Parts: sequence; structure tokens; C-alpha cells
Amino acid sequence: MNLTLKVWRQKNDAGEGQLETYPVSDVSPDMSFLEMLDVLNEQLTLKGEEPIAFDSDCREGICGMCSLVINGVAHGGEKGATTCQLYMRKFKDGDTITIEPWRAAAFPVVKDLVTDRSSFDRIMQVGGYVSVNTGSSPDGNSILISQDLSEEAMDAAACIGCGACVASCKNASAMLFVSAKIKHLNVLPQGQPERRKRVEAMLQAMEDEGFGNCSNEYECEAVCPKEISVDTIAFVNREYVKAKLKLI
Amino acid sequence: MSLDAKIPDGPIEQKWDNHRFDLKLVNPANKRKHSVIVVGTGLAGASASASLAELGYNVHSFCIQDSPRRAHSIAAQGGINAAKNYQNDGDSVYRLFYDTVKGGDYRSREANVYRLAQISNNIIDQCVAQGVPFAREYGGTLGNRSFGGAQVSRTFYARGQTGQQLLLGAYSALMRQVGAGKVTQHSRKEMLDLVVADGHARGIITRDLVTGKLERWSADAVVLATGGYGNVFFLSTNAIACNVTAAWRAAKRGAYFANPCYTQIHPTCIPVSGSYQSKLTLMSESLRNDGRVWVPKKQGDNRAPEQIPEDERDYYLERRYPSFGNLVPRDVASRNAKAVCDDGRGVGSTGLAVYLDFRDAIQRDGEDLIRQKYGNLFSMYEEITDENPYSSPMRIYPAVHYTMGGLWVDYNLMSTVPGLFVIGEANFSDHGANRLGASALMQGLADGYFILPYTVGGYIAAEGEDIGTDHAAFAEAEEAVKERTGKLLGVNGSRTVDDFHRELGSIVWDHCGMSRTADGLKLAQQKVRDLRDQFWSDVTVLGSEGEFNQTLERAGRVADFIEFGELMIQDALQRNESCGAHFREEHQTDDGEALRDDENFSYVAAWEHKGVGEEPVLHREDLHFDTVSLTQRSYK
Repeated sequence: MNLTLKVWRQKNDAGEGQLETYPVSDVSPDMSFLEMLDVLNEQLTLKGEEPIAFDSDCREGICGMCSLVINGVAHGGEKGATTCQLYMRKFKDGDTITIEPWRAAAFPVVKDLVTDRSSFDRIMQVGGYVSVNTGSSPDGNSILISQDLSEEAMDAAACIGCGACVASCKNASAMLFVSAKIKHLNVLPQGQPERRKRVEAMLQAMEDEGFGNCSNEYECEAVCPKEISVDTIAFVNREYVKAKLKLI
Repeated sequence: MSLDAKIPDGPIEQKWDNHRFDLKLVNPANKRKHSVIVVGTGLAGASASASLAELGYNVHSFCIQDSPRRAHSIAAQGGINAAKNYQNDGDSVYRLFYDTVKGGDYRSREANVYRLAQISNNIIDQCVAQGVPFAREYGGTLGNRSFGGAQVSRTFYARGQTGQQLLLGAYSALMRQVGAGKVTQHSRKEMLDLVVADGHARGIITRDLVTGKLERWSADAVVLATGGYGNVFFLSTNAIACNVTAAWRAAKRGAYFANPCYTQIHPTCIPVSGSYQSKLTLMSESLRNDGRVWVPKKQGDNRAPEQIPEDERDYYLERRYPSFGNLVPRDVASRNAKAVCDDGRGVGSTGLAVYLDFRDAIQRDGEDLIRQKYGNLFSMYEEITDENPYSSPMRIYPAVHYTMGGLWVDYNLMSTVPGLFVIGEANFSDHGANRLGASALMQGLADGYFILPYTVGGYIAAEGEDIGTDHAAFAEAEEAVKERTGKLLGVNGSRTVDDFHRELGSIVWDHCGMSRTADGLKLAQQKVRDLRDQFWSDVTVLGSEGEFNQTLERAGRVADFIEFGELMIQDALQRNESCGAHFREEHQTDDGEALRDDENFSYVAAWEHKGVGEEPVLHREDLHFDTVSLTQRSYK
């Protein structure tokens, strides 16, 4: 099939960007979206035009590196999938597709479709862990955890840190990401000693990084490739109240 | 010259204990005066950086991705082995050790493997304490499954995302140390050279991938945790950015490269669909616990699978290996898939696939249970192929997945360059000629959490020194990097970097893949040499050095893959036997199994680089099997 792409091009974080139009022909429906961009980049290179910069790594939906807003939707609107898991059979011959980077003050554009998401790492540094040094752990089976609890923690821990939640939110809030990280540890026995500190510190760090607040739009849940529920945010809001009241 | 692996004396059970006692210690108050560079943030790198920082060292951690959490360990699906014997099924440290040595087809170092099995239990404890949400039994204890051909249930897992959860555990420990100021994290920085001064590794040169700036870093010791070289094949299950560059540049600075021909081809991957394909996707081999592998008995049978009656199907693994059946180790399963496809009985549009069929499991256990066990894998398959594996069998084919070879290290995980340590998939040490399922995660974390932190200390106490970055060796290395980058940008040829990479991949896949012959390897050697010449005269790299330039990044990596590919082929050629994943067609048993030659090839082949286009020098480390006796691997 033949497509028209409108792609955000931006030299670097200092420059201004604009949408450029590129026709692509002979796209196979079995190609992934990123493979389609690879093919376009090969063609551009042979014409002496600089290829489009975009992030990707594992190309199987788990590393969280790929990050495109496609036709206005983070990761392109395929339920429970990242950009790299989107296939061209979802598009029709003759379609025009707009491709933009994640847009948020806390994710500055590095080049074209590539952004800097190190703000997520900095949020993790203030509490996204259990303070246990290597070697100081008891036997694994000395901590009993019910299947339900383990599943609940795993649902939150499945977050791949891609930032689609931020890109889709009109406030550019990182609340779904931060909540997933907090909930994973705060429901488990291992996370109890630092429960209060974790919720307070990570929410503060989120604000300091320039992310907005949550106003219950649920856009994040809709685009989350790991289908993390907004209930996670409700959980963390309750944790925050308990922390403020020193109930945890 | 025979290499000295510095294996400690004493009975195998006591070697590691004795050695830890013999290693010199750095006084706790002095650790803060020493620094360590760790390149790579996968399971090995992140766990090493965090553990070294906890001990008090100053750590500089580097990764090429935008965040350390994205390293490719994250994609491991199946699980991690440990000899806990929680299932009371007869497992033990000795059994895990034995299985791993046997699984590696007796081409690994006994002492290292024994230590790995001993440490396996500590890893599980550590990960649980970090909050890794492993699968649980009803009573709240840890769950296990049998995996990758093991006859005991020793694999711990977190859904189909075990690698992700273990990596997030190590990453969170790393982030904690960054927050505490003990680790400085350098993301989007690529190591482009190792700095060796007065015979010791003293630092590295990196390129900032955002600004293009070259930077010098010095430390008391350098640790490479930069993963495997599977992308030499272009198509593999590795992430797009996985590369051999850091390891290869270290090899060019004097670190010997061991057993590069040992590459694991994983049997259960989604087959190639077209020339635009950028990577192959692995389907966890846990699927083989319930799926049955078959092809039609008749050649060229292109009926739909449902229309092929039972007596016209060849369940070839069950037929040939009645006791292990579909659960034979990876090398055996892959080779058999290739054999039936070569025989004209492959399925799908390319004929390069076999069926993995869940019909019987669904009839036996119901679709719900199968969905519960493998739901995410089934939907992944459907997304990619547009076929529903609940109603018709999956099509699978082997793909490059893991590389057992790597930089040679001694028992301390130190390379032949003093002060340069190599951990995880980047070293060669524990898997021999074939890695068993759920052993990679175990080895990466064993190296990073529990081995390297001691052995680096031993080195630093004796010979570590941070010489600063003004030494002439830094200037020389930086100049070399600058020159190479300039050369890449200056060719201005007519072919793209990916085009060269694809060609390299097809050469090594055809001649140095699942099966190899002397003639094929010699042909491949010539082809790769020609390709190297063409690359340097006809590649095109647009853009400039001083900016974010993904083509330039890839060009450097592909140039290294081409040089490395030549060594891989050379190694396969000299290893005139079959062992594990290395199958030389000239050497097989009457029924087509790998035939080892223990008398002549029971050694590690460690190659010394002598310059591009020059003949590398082979050094042998003889392998001694004092604890297990060598047998023909049989899974019949």
C-alpha cells in the first residue's frame, strides 16, 4: 500500500520543529510501523536526505524505548501495544499518518521524534526501591505472599516506563507511571518499612520535574501499553492521604 | 601458551569460599577513594554497579539507551534457575552444576559453574527482598516450573516477564545508589575505546550520543557488562542496539576473545516474513511444555494444518527423543527443525517453519488454563502474524538468541588485560558450547551481585590505581576514536549501513549458523573480508559527528561486527568437532547428533587480536573435568 507521512522534524532541543511530508510506497501489511520507518529512512539516506531520528530498541514491546504519537494518539491506538507492536495492516492504502514525539515539558525533544525521559529515572532515585543491600536478605520463602497480592503487585510492576501516560495527558502528568512504581512496592511486605517516605518523596519529585497533576481524564489508562489501571492512581491518592495523616 | 584461569585449589565445593578468604580486601574506609567504571546496565551491569556502590566504591555507570532500565535483559521471558529444591524433587547445587556442565556439552569451566550453582540461591533471596513479584503458590511460597529441558522444577518466574522484573529490581538498586550519590549514571553515552596504560585498563573513551562529544573517563578498574554479539547475524532476538563494539574494541586493546563460534540459536521464534524485517521475536520456550512440535510426513504438503490427519504428522522430537520429547535442549531442538525443513517438510509460505501445536493441550486442560499460562505469548503471536494460535498451530523457526562466547576471563572474571573485568553475556565463562534455559539471568546476576564485587576489590587492593585522564594513553585512544569516526563519515559511498549489516548477517547465518562445514566457513571468510573492503569504500553515513546521529552510531557498530564476524568464522573453522550449538556437519554420530572430540578439543579457544586483516593468534585454556565425567549428551 501507499501512504503519506507527516513527520515532526526538529534539529535539536534548541531549535524549532515542523511537520514534513514524505510519501512511502510499497508498504507491506506485515511490516511493523517502525520497519516502515526503517524503509523510509533507507530511501531518504540513498537520496542524501538525513534520516528521521526515532527511539526503539527491543522491538517486542517490553523495553519502553519506542515513543511515537501517531495520528494524535500515543503508541498509535492499538490496545495494549507499544509503537513497535503496531503493524501496518491496521492502516489503509492512501492513508495520511501524522507522527510526532511525546510532548511534555518534562520530556524535552532531543531530535526529531526522540525525547529525553531521564526525569523518570530521577523520580525513581528518591524512593522507587526497597533499601536492601546485596547480601542482607533472608531466605526467599521466609516472606509469604499470597497469589492475589503477588498478582496485584505484578500488575503495577508491569509498567515499562515508556511515558505514553504523560504524552496522552493534557496536564502532562506522570501520575500513572509514578503510581505504578509506588503501588508495586507499597502493597508488598518488603515495601512496608519505606511506605510513607516512598509515596511522599516520589510525588514530590514528580512535581519538581515539571509534570502536571492528575485531573482524572483517564487518557493515560487508554494508551498504556501494559493496560495499567487508573485504580493504581486512586490507590496512591489514598496512600498519600494516609501518609499525610501519618497512618502509614 | 596455555592460559591460566587462576582456579583456586581445593575440593570444588570449597574453592569459592577459600578464594574469597584469599582475596585481598580494601579497607572499608578506603573504598571511597577508589572508583570503578561499569559499562552496561543490564542484569550484570546494574547489579554490579549497585553492589559496588553499596560497598563504598565510587561508580560510573554507562549505557547507550536513554535509561539504564532499557537494557536488553528486560526482554528475557522465561525464568531464572536456582538450586533451592523448594519442590522437594531432588534438586541440589550439585545437580544444577551437573546439568549446566552437561548442557554446555563439556566445554565450560567446572569451577565457575559450580560457583554459579552455589550462588543461585542467594540471587533468589536478594531479588525477593527487592520486591520482585515472583509467581507464588497458594500458600504464599515461591512457585517453580520446569524449564528448558530440566527434569526438576527449579525455575523461578514472574509471568512471562521475568527478565523485566529482575532488571527492574537491579535498576531500582542502582537508582537508589544514584540517589545516594555513590553512582553517577551516564545514559546515552557509548564506550568507543578502552584505555590501557602500562599494561592495565585505566579508563574508557565515550561518545555522548546526544552532542557527539568525546569524553575521557579514568578509574581504578573497568567492568564491561555490554551483552552478547547476536546481532552479528543482523536478524536475531536481540534488541536493535545490541552490539559487540565495547567488547571488540577491548579485544583490539589486548583482551582475548574466547569461543566466538558458540552462538545459541533458539528453537521457538516467529519465522521471518519479509526482507524489511528488522528483528525476530522469541516465543518463550515454556511453550514447549504444552505445545507439540510437528511437520507433515510428506514433503511439500501444503494443506492447512487442521486438514493433515494425525497419522500423516511427524512429531519428530517425540519420535527421536522419547524421554525428553519436545523439551530437548535448545541446540537439539533447533538443529532438528532445520533438518526437517532442509528435508522439504517445512511449513508456511517460506517453508522455513515448523508447527508448535496446542490442540492436544487445549483438549486436555481447556482453553482457559492455556490462556492463563500463555495468554500474553499467544496474543503477541497473533499481533505479529495475524493468526490465532488457539485455533491453528503456531509456526516457529529457530533464531539467534544468545552468545555463549565472549571476552575470556579468569576465575576472577578478569580479562587478559589486568583491571578489565567482563561480566554477564559479554564474558564466555559459564555456559560452554550451549546455554540451558533460565541460566542467563542466573549468570548475569551471579556475576554482578555476588562475584565481581569481591574480585574487583581483590584487584584494587593489589594493583588498582586511578591515573587520571591526562596520561598519554587517553590522548592516543581519543585520537583513534576521532580518526575512525572521521573515516566513517568520509567514505560518502552508495550503500546504507543497514544494507551492509543485512549482507553480513546472511553470510554468517548461511555458513556459521545452525550447521557449519569447513568449505562453507572458508567461503564465508572470504566473503566477509570482501564485505569489509566494500564497507570502507562504499558506505554512506549522513550528518555530522557533533550531533545526535543514529546512522553514525550504527555504522561504527556494523564496522565492528564485520571485523568480529571474521573472527567468529575463524573460530568455527578451527574447532574441528561438533559440540553443543557448534555443529560441524563433518562430525556427527550415526543418528545425526553432535560428535565431540574431547581428546583434541577440550579447550577454550581464546583469540589474540593482531590487527585488522592479520591472522589472530590462538591461545588455549585446557579444560579439566575432575568432578563430572564426560559422556555423550543423550536426550533419547
